[in-house]
Amino acid sequence: MADAHNAFVTEETIEGADSGPLAGATVAVKDNISTEGVRTTCGSEMLAEYVPPYDATVVSRLTDAGATIVGKTNMDEFGMGTTTETSAFGATTNPVDEERVPGGSSGGSAAAVAAGDADYALGSDTGGSVRCPAAFCGVVGIKPTYGLVSRYGLVAYANSLEQIGPLAPTVEGAAELLDVIAGPDEHDATTRDAGAGSDYAAAANGDVDGLTVGVPTELVEGADDEVRAVFEDALDAYRDAGAEIEEVSLPSVEYGVAAYYVIAMSEASSNLARFDGVRYGESGGFEGNWNESFAETRAENLGDEVKRRILLGTYALSAGYHDKYYKQAQEARAWVRQDFEGAFEDVDVLATPTMPVLPPKLGESVDDPLQMYLMDANTVPVNLANLPAISVPAGESSEGLPVGLQLVGPTFGEETIIDAAALLG
Amino acid sequence: MSTQAATEDLAAVIGLEVHVQLETDTKIFCGCSTDAADAEPNTHTCPTCLGLPGALPVLNEGAVEAAVRLGKALHADIPERTTFHRKNYFYPDLPKGFQLTQYDAPICQDGELEVRVEDRRRDIGITRAHLEEDPGSLQHVGGSIDTADYTKVDYNRAGTPLVEIVTEPDFRSPDETRAFLAKLEEVLEYLGIYDAERDGSLRVDANISMVSADDLAGEVDDAVLAEANRTEVKNISSHKGAQQALAYEVTRQRNAIQRGREVEQETRHWDESRGITVSMRSKEAEKDYRYFEEADLPPLEVSDWKERLEIPELPDARRERFREEYDLSEEAASKLTSTKEVADFFEEIAREYDPDLAATWVADNLLGELNYRDMAVTDLEGRFDEFTRLVELVAEDEITEKNAREVVLRGMLDEGETPDDIVEAEDLGKTSGDEVQAAVEAAIAENPDAVADYEDGDEGAINFLVGQVMQKTGGSADPGQVNGLLREELDE
Repeated sequence: MADAHNAFVTEETIEGADSGPLAGATVAVKDNISTEGVRTTCGSEMLAEYVPPYDATVVSRLTDAGATIVGKTNMDEFGMGTTTETSAFGATTNPVDEERVPGGSSGGSAAAVAAGDADYALGSDTGGSVRCPAAFCGVVGIKPTYGLVSRYGLVAYANSLEQIGPLAPTVEGAAELLDVIAGPDEHDATTRDAGAGSDYAAAANGDVDGLTVGVPTELVEGADDEVRAVFEDALDAYRDAGAEIEEVSLPSVEYGVAAYYVIAMSEASSNLARFDGVRYGESGGFEGNWNESFAETRAENLGDEVKRRILLGTYALSAGYHDKYYKQAQEARAWVRQDFEGAFEDVDVLATPTMPVLPPKLGESVDDPLQMYLMDANTVPVNLANLPAISVPAGESSEGLPVGLQLVGPTFGEETIIDAAALLG
Repeated sequence: MSTQAATEDLAAVIGLEVHVQLETDTKIFCGCSTDAADAEPNTHTCPTCLGLPGALPVLNEGAVEAAVRLGKALHADIPERTTFHRKNYFYPDLPKGFQLTQYDAPICQDGELEVRVEDRRRDIGITRAHLEEDPGSLQHVGGSIDTADYTKVDYNRAGTPLVEIVTEPDFRSPDETRAFLAKLEEVLEYLGIYDAERDGSLRVDANISMVSADDLAGEVDDAVLAEANRTEVKNISSHKGAQQALAYEVTRQRNAIQRGREVEQETRHWDESRGITVSMRSKEAEKDYRYFEEADLPPLEVSDWKERLEIPELPDARRERFREEYDLSEEAASKLTSTKEVADFFEEIAREYDPDLAATWVADNLLGELNYRDMAVTDLEGRFDEFTRLVELVAEDEITEKNAREVVLRGMLDEGETPDDIVEAEDLGKTSGDEVQAAVEAAIAENPDAVADYEDGDEGAINFLVGQVMQKTGGSADPGQVNGLLREELDE
């Protein structure tokens, strides 16, 4: 299998059980999900040689269900990026248009599915990292409710925000994969009983008659005209199928991107502290004292975007700044959560464009971090509120570039968003 | 500390931070065994306690229960819910680059522990006690921490549950810290959540400031403490060590102040082998650990745990009960409740034999002989029934108290033999009544002069006759009984 889009960091087959719901199916797994005996790099030089001695819970569930894992997919380093250009293993290209990025950070997973290199893929979504590449590559991606899918074995970037989620060509396919990986896990104390014995695939009917779809004005206004046009057409499709469209307001989301990045970077600064060269990863050599050796390891083996986020996160947690940044961000997070809860008293699902922009060209956004962060405006509030969301292809721009529709549901409302999204795909 | 204090009397103000390893089967956040004493390095590890990427902590509720029991024993407040935080710092023994600990919702707050030093009773305030994970351990090869060629890291210890107990600055002397730590260990052992034998099971940091004794009349003023430079002494691992290290510090600081020098605010290391403290580093700005809540561990609701969890009768209560129930002196009751093993053992014997006899034998004879040999009751594990048999021999009057104490008990402790074997080998079985009677009659017949002296009112003569009888019976007769028998015969 030629990897035309650099979708894989490692192409290696892990055979699954002989029978099961995914027997015969191939799955590509993001390279921050631990696979026993197969290196798991997180797209980083630091872990270029790291081979986990254990499987992530989702990996065991896939192989138990009969799936064959075909490789580990490329990603922004440690999940820190929106384009899959910060990978130490080179950028992944978008199968729809090879001059463009596939989105990120699960760009390799989305590209593998879009190019037909795998039937399904797993990504992880900390602030949009499944939904963004799904939208840019024209496939379906689900970010489950926090606690629906075990994170055991997922290398943490921002552990209070992230979930592993499925990518597939269709809504039903993504739901099938979610059925296999969802449900409580004794190794992850944040998992809940929800998802045990689920049948999300059966909900993928596109039955939206009588459904109330809320459209948060704040998350539509900022979108590109072409994106907006496709989005409005999609809403018409919902209207035609019997749904009621209602404008809602989520004033807190104005602070979503700022709050998200403060929290994610703070957690990242702590989660990535273990990469000090002592137990695994590249050692910086043993000259100097421990602090010097650790610093050398980290300076050499972590990329610029990762170092930027670690530094900013360390700053936001420091004495004297903690209250001003980290604590404020937590308060904003609570407000965002409240805003969504309020909205779901009136509507069944919320709809927004997944990404406010079309997929950028390679190299176009990576040099302007702030611009890159703002691309996440529609996806990060969902992670702040721990809610489930799905991105489904809604149509194409004039140039034939895919545009995704994001549907957000209430806590553990996966069935509702899967049912509604199935209208389009 | 102002130099004016040099002319005043100085007094010590001391607070302790005590790290105790909790006795649980498995580590605090994973299923690895905590019993790694003789294990090869890094064999009691898993992805979680090694901090491998992607591994997650799952709270061992057994450790939380142990801490709640401690809180109950310390009369502390237990919160509605308890949470964990990350304490971020880099160190090779710290596998994740942060330690999971508790910050603003510790499992115990506002407790106290009563201690006695000589005859004074002191209530030591417990600010808080919180749960955390132990880091791994380092072994420096070819030198000390600064000069080693290389350092080996063993993560067997990583993830062992610790409770850190922080006291108020309520101690006024090194003796008080020793009494407190001994009492704390006793309580922990009574609760069954601590194994004193385990290496590193107790680690103490002490904060000490010298202030003017005048300022210490009554409560200590926070402002006075803030003014005084504080020294933190680390690496103390026993109650004896605490007393010695702090006594050294009191002297060192008093000398410095009296010579008009300022006591530096710093961290010092207790070097037990040399019996001194050495400067580690000046305490610059407070370290910034960037604490924040651990999202991987949901808050644990513990509001009803204090009621739900039972704790056994504690040493103070047991001591009072012993005084009343067995009519013991304060001193005997204290000795008998010094450890749970001793108290349990005493009660076992007191159930079958005279409590007075049991108290004498356990509190005085046994503990005395053990103490003399630098042994503890735990060293007798598995031999308690032999000791019970010894008390039985005395209670049934089969051997004399003196032989029981001086020959049998010592033989048991020194040679490891059983009481019956010693009695037989040394021929200590008490001589039968007939033999004693015969010896009494023979002594009277053989010593007419002494008999005459006795009849003339010379009381000393009876002692001579008792000696004669003892000689004839090889010392196995009871002198008091012999005395009585002689008088009976002579007064007839």
